[in-house]
Amino acid sequence: MSAALALGDDALVLSHRLGEWAGHAPVLEEEVALANIALDLLGQARVLLSLVGDEDELAYLREERAFRNLQLVEQPNGDFAHTIARQLYFSVYQQLLYERLAAGDGEFAELAAKAVKEVAYHRDHAEQWVLRLGDGTAESHERMQSGLEALWRFTGEMFQPIEGLDAAGTTGAAGTTGTNGTAGATGTDGSGSGVDWAELESAWLSAVTATVERATLTLPTGPRTGAWAAGAGRQGLHTEPFGRMLAEMQHLHRSHPGASW
Amino acid sequence: MSGTDWPLWEVFVRSRRGLSHTHAGSLHAPDAEMALRNARDLYTRRSEGVSVWVVPSSEITASSPDEKDPFFGPAGDKPYRHPTFYEVPEGVRNL
Repeated sequence: MSAALALGDDALVLSHRLGEWAGHAPVLEEEVALANIALDLLGQARVLLSLVGDEDELAYLREERAFRNLQLVEQPNGDFAHTIARQLYFSVYQQLLYERLAAGDGEFAELAAKAVKEVAYHRDHAEQWVLRLGDGTAESHERMQSGLEALWRFTGEMFQPIEGLDAAGTTGAAGTTGTNGTAGATGTDGSGSGVDWAELESAWLSAVTATVERATLTLPTGPRTGAWAAGAGRQGLHTEPFGRMLAEMQHLHRSHPGASW
Repeated sequence: MSGTDWPLWEVFVRSRRGLSHTHAGSLHAPDAEMALRNARDLYTRRSEGVSVWVVPSSEITASSPDEKDPFFGPAGDKPYRHPTFYEVPEGVRNL
């Protein structure tokens, strides 16, 4: 069940980050858009975490080290361009991943098919803003570029295979990942939830590159992961801001354990 | 936000089973594409199958309240100008 936990934690944590924008977005319309995306993600998180156990217990009573979300989604909002850069990187990944899950017949197929429509909108929203900020004023261009740069080093983690979602289905057998280049609908043992992670990564790279270049920006060139990461969110190793985010998110539940609301 | 222009847009929505676009409200957006997306969030709650029009408010010419009488007034006492002397056949839902 670690796959449901990983995908659910991604959605939960990013949803919380976007929720922090409430009342602070540049314009009212954008505030509604960010809240909409946050609500979509929270809905996905609820379904996914419910597959694992009690959604509230999982969200409010786990320690930082038990969360399996990507380090990318826990990054602070920064300025609007940082938030949009994070959203672009994640939404493109999530859409491509969910499309592949929806095309298979694994346990997430139905859920992914429902969520992929939401995620396509998130991606469109992020791309629209990357274009406007990148191709806007000199300052918005510079901020968008620095947002892309700052978060680039968290993007490599997205393509570490998630246990249970590789081409061999839930058996996790090593070395049988499909390399046929198609969208993973045909797992090698017919289990059908296979994701070809290398193929996913190249699809992600070309989609992000296209948007970034259209926005007159340049794709960052730095490392996409490294020793500084000290592991990765999928293993429960998180960056410093995440602990503070969790403290805020879990405060009430921890103060009144067992209460119902 | 210096020099940033977020003009007003008027939003017209046709619901999935609706026959015509109805004025739903207005919003601010930097351009038509964003206006459409904002309209979707604000006025359609993303129901599937609706159609949205956005128009810059500056593109709309409105009739003037001062001209109300000459514009709309005259036909009230001329019943022969109103198509009210026949029965609407049953089953016609939209006329």
